[in-house]
Amino acid sequence: MDPSEVPPPLALVDVTKSFGSVRALRGLSLELRAGEIHALVGENGAGKSTLVKTIAGVHRPDTGRILVDGDPTVFTAPADAQRAGVAVIYQEPTLFPDLSVAENIFIGRQPRTRLGTIDKARMRRETAEAFTRLGVDIDPDRPANGLSIADQQLVEIAKAITRRARVLIMDEPTAALSGVEARRLFTVARTLRDSGAALLFISHRFDEVFSLCDRITVVRDGAFVSCDPTAELDVDTVVRRMVGREVTSLYPKEAAEHGDVVLEVEGLTRAGVFADVSFSVRTGEIVALAGLVGAGRSEVVRAVFGVDHYDAGGVRVEGAALPAGRPKAAIEAGMALVPEDRRHQGLIMESSIGRNATSTRRRVLSRFGLLRSRDERDTARAWGERLNLKYGHIDDAVATLSGGNQQKVVLAKWLSTEPRVLFIDEPTRGIDVGTKAEVHRLLSGLAGQGLAIVMVSSELPEVLGMADRVLVMHEGRITAELDRAQADEESVMYAATGQRPSEAA
Amino acid sequence: MAPDKTVPAPDRERIRATAPESPIRSVLSTQGVPVLGALIVVAAIAVLFVDMFGTPRNVNFLVLSIAAIAMIALPMTLIVITGEIDLSVASTLALTSATLGLLWESGTPLETAIPIALLLGLVLGAFNGFLVTVCGLPSLAVTIGTMALYRGLAYVLLGDRAVASYPQDWVSGVRQPFLGVQGLPWIAVAVLVMALLFAVLLHVTAFGRSLYDIGHNAEAARFTGVSVKWTKFWLFTLSGVVASGAGVFWTLQYGTSRADTAMGLELQVVAAVLLGGVSIFGGVGSVLGVMSGVLLLGVIRNALQLFGIGSDVLQIVTGSILIASVVTPNIVARVRSRRTSEVPTGTVPGDRPLNGEKS
Ligand SMILES: Nc1ncnc2c1ncn2[C@@H]1O[C@H](COP(=O)(O)OP(=O)(O)OP(=O)(O)O)[C@@H](O)[C@H]1O
Ligand SMILES: [Mg+2]
Repeated sequence: MDPSEVPPPLALVDVTKSFGSVRALRGLSLELRAGEIHALVGENGAGKSTLVKTIAGVHRPDTGRILVDGDPTVFTAPADAQRAGVAVIYQEPTLFPDLSVAENIFIGRQPRTRLGTIDKARMRRETAEAFTRLGVDIDPDRPANGLSIADQQLVEIAKAITRRARVLIMDEPTAALSGVEARRLFTVARTLRDSGAALLFISHRFDEVFSLCDRITVVRDGAFVSCDPTAELDVDTVVRRMVGREVTSLYPKEAAEHGDVVLEVEGLTRAGVFADVSFSVRTGEIVALAGLVGAGRSEVVRAVFGVDHYDAGGVRVEGAALPAGRPKAAIEAGMALVPEDRRHQGLIMESSIGRNATSTRRRVLSRFGLLRSRDERDTARAWGERLNLKYGHIDDAVATLSGGNQQKVVLAKWLSTEPRVLFIDEPTRGIDVGTKAEVHRLLSGLAGQGLAIVMVSSELPEVLGMADRVLVMHEGRITAELDRAQADEESVMYAATGQRPSEAA
Repeated sequence: MAPDKTVPAPDRERIRATAPESPIRSVLSTQGVPVLGALIVVAAIAVLFVDMFGTPRNVNFLVLSIAAIAMIALPMTLIVITGEIDLSVASTLALTSATLGLLWESGTPLETAIPIALLLGLVLGAFNGFLVTVCGLPSLAVTIGTMALYRGLAYVLLGDRAVASYPQDWVSGVRQPFLGVQGLPWIAVAVLVMALLFAVLLHVTAFGRSLYDIGHNAEAARFTGVSVKWTKFWLFTLSGVVASGAGVFWTLQYGTSRADTAMGLELQVVAAVLLGGVSIFGGVGSVLGVMSGVLLLGVIRNALQLFGIGSDVLQIVTGSILIASVVTPNIVARVRSRRTSEVPTGTVPGDRPLNGEKS
């Protein structure tokens, strides 16, 4: 198809956007064509989400134009963008916690019955249809409150695809999804593309980008770098353009001595969530919990750490029983938990970068019980530098950071406590390639110094690359324990889907 | 732990140059400064245009009339920052006062009666804390309930009698000037010291930081190891103790105990706290702001009284100030987001407008 004949459904021309002194977009142009999946890649803080919010009508560009079907258009509010046929999956799920899943999906566009009342049956039916397409199992009537971050993401995806939009924007929709859910999403995306929709896909996972997308646009520091058909590119080229330098090996796992057992989990059970979960971790060991979304992995680590309760079983740290339901005791015993949901559990979004990064170490940083802002800032800056954090001012609210940079603040917050047992739930959710390698190197180095790490990850290459041992969970139970030599894509997938290799054929 | 060798040198120039903060800048950026400014302006106007306002006698009267409010406002500040509220403070004050009266009448020396009264405040506050944390009830409902309950108990104790037989040396004692300075009763110095202690607690300790965290996002605070329930429990207990301390002072200052004493004082406390820039939604506020708010409200009321305006109008003024202090931050935030050409927030669900700590 010749793009010069039909104007693209959506195009951005020379868009700039600044937040105070931060220039998030500097003259970016982008053309989304009908029947095409377009990838947008760039480092953390490159301006991808800002671009998305500009298309969505959340931000108004400082300069530049938005063209809908070739006509200049001004989106003054998200409703305008929706009317123009744009649906958006934001990087951070933004569901209303008190509304049901179905109500969230149809928010602002509830179908009506002939009497003018809200057609709940139809809402429920269409929600169920969308979930079937995506292969997810969420009750449409349950409240959004309490959904895992991956489930929230799936609800957002369902919300966007039920809009039947001409332009679908997806900002890191797969960041918390495992391969199985991601592949289902891609099937849906391809169907939409083939029916003539224009799609924009953002991800830090290059395998997804290359298998799904037709063209790839690279941005760096808010500016356009290149746009080429996928067929003419390879991963190394894209990474080089994104980062502006060579990036070294992705998963530099170093061998570490495994010492004594530090953490023992015995028969941990929470009714309806997980059952009879037992495992132990030695110093220097990295144990990965793999499985599908909803397998209960995050729930297990939260219960062990004490933010959630459990009904039976026990946890021992260095031989001593850990009281249940008391995160403070867990921290004192040398544990740390990087939770999956940074917006609700990991960070205080309104609070500054400096205060967030040091919120776990306030007592350590205090002198005679007094806490000096300067010490907080200095510590936070040191960690910011270490994790390559991109920020304006250390006193800015952490909400002003890009998604990946927020994740780095959560990492800093917990790694700085020098824990002996680290639970880390989706360690690199939303983190770009360059920094991902650095995070992996950091974790690997810490394990080398004797840290015991329990990692929940939906990203199979990360699991296989980092873990000494993989525990695979399926429907709340550990179904397989594979050591580094045994674990490969197939064996993990079989256990995660609850199949045996022989059945799968 | 300082950053060390395990990580390769990051791209230094990517970390945007950050302006070094001067201590002055951080003091000035403290919220509460606008209220302090308003206080200075209003006080100056009052001194210039209201007869008698600036006399030592009136200043003395003004200070005595707001001392109890200032005291109670301090723990109230901490409570509102965590997103809760304590409306039972005036009733706690009254019940303490009534208890003190009965104890005194029955022959208990004040040296013994006062600690008992303070202990009672502790119990009353802890009861609020228990209902809010253990039973998980909203503090607004709980403390409206105990506001009525504690007031009712005060009536049970005293009926509509008054106890006015307090010894003269105690009664004039609380009005004594500090080191003989006219217009500066020692209670003002005591409140000042308390305010300093609360300011340190709130602004430069780990505990204080955790209060802001709880107010913004209690869930995330819990993930960081903060015991949200214990913290709130202690705050309500503290509030009870301070309210009963104010009750002791109040009783001796006026030399009487009555069940209907300090009726509606909680309204003035909450109005002063909100006027002082504390957000009713939690997470925002400073001791400097609140103390300025208490003084500002006191000066306005005092100046109006000197004009001969009655208490019914004062009530209206206080109520209006309360509403204005809740509404103003919202308007400011809205205007600000309009100016930065932002589409009004709230359109993206969950993207709650940030009422930044800078305001
Ligand atoms: N509301 C805001 N206020 C101030 N700065 C902001 C705001 N939103 C974004 N920024 C800044 O704009 C820049 C671009 O952020 P953006 O979220 O678009 O990055 P991104 O490419 O999506 O990164 P990531 O891969 O981490 O999600 C960052 O430096 C960020 O700090
Ligand atoms: Mg982003």
